[in-house]
Amino acid sequence: MSDTELDFSAASSWSGGVSPYATNTKKLGMWLFLLSDSLTFSSAILAYAYVRLSSTNWPRPFEISPAVVNATVMTLVLLSSSLTMVMAVHAGHKGKRKSAVWWIIGTMAGGLLFDFLHLSEWFRLIFNEKVTPWSNPWGDPLFGGTFFGLTGLHMLHVTIGVIYLGIIAYGFGRGKYNADHVEVSGLYWHFVDLVWMFIFPMIYLMSVNLKG
Amino acid sequence: MSAHGATVESHVSGTTKLFLWVWFWLLVLTGIEVLLAYLRLEPRLMLILLVGLSLIKSALIVAYFMHMRFERLGLFLTIVPALVFCLCMILIFVFPDSLRIVQMHP
Repeated sequence: MSDTELDFSAASSWSGGVSPYATNTKKLGMWLFLLSDSLTFSSAILAYAYVRLSSTNWPRPFEISPAVVNATVMTLVLLSSSLTMVMAVHAGHKGKRKSAVWWIIGTMAGGLLFDFLHLSEWFRLIFNEKVTPWSNPWGDPLFGGTFFGLTGLHMLHVTIGVIYLGIIAYGFGRGKYNADHVEVSGLYWHFVDLVWMFIFPMIYLMSVNLKG
Repeated sequence: MSAHGATVESHVSGTTKLFLWVWFWLLVLTGIEVLLAYLRLEPRLMLILLVGLSLIKSALIVAYFMHMRFERLGLFLTIVPALVFCLCMILIFVFPDSLRIVQMHP
């Protein structure tokens, strides 16, 4: 019997009694959530790519200025907010509570700026160009559906992320949460950034209007 | 990716300099994508190039920003192959039809 027990401890970390991922359950849970969320986005992006390539009349409404410049600035903002989030996680693990909270607030500011820029883009399309999810003045009516669907789902994630980070910053500042909570919220934020790395080129750069 | 991260406690990995480098390269790749838009390539080629660059960017984000590189190999093996498998399952049904589209209007 004792031999078997010895084998247990030596053979595998999957036999129980240890933590095979060497991580906390919150982080594993967040990774599993992100796995399922990435499938949601993948399906939506795949459906978009399919109709985009099968259409011969797909609108190219995004002129270099303001639309592409705006979207590039949004990308810059989101990437930089990911960097501040990394700094927040870093500071959190080093026990610098105050510094971590300020980095998180910086990240939230980036998220809000992103939302603001994106909504101004939406309003321009809705009110100036009269684009709806089922019609637009330029061509294939599916353009509006895919554009608002994909960017709207992403914007929802950014907005939820800002609220989530706000709760984490408040709790971490008051000592209610530990550095692991900050790290897990960071995972979510980086994922939102990652998804935008697909949406930005596929929605905007695939439909640039060079004549404008 | 270390196969034997010794402690269960969360660990500090990576330096500020490393993260700044990753951020810088992400910006460079984004810049390349924007430049590609000016070339007005044929949509299929454009899509392939953009998705390729985006995959590199997401790998950088997952590896460094999301600390996957500093986690145990087991976590990576749990998450990524499952994702790839599910995507392949979706693509199995999309690919034949996509190839048909390509022939419909070259």
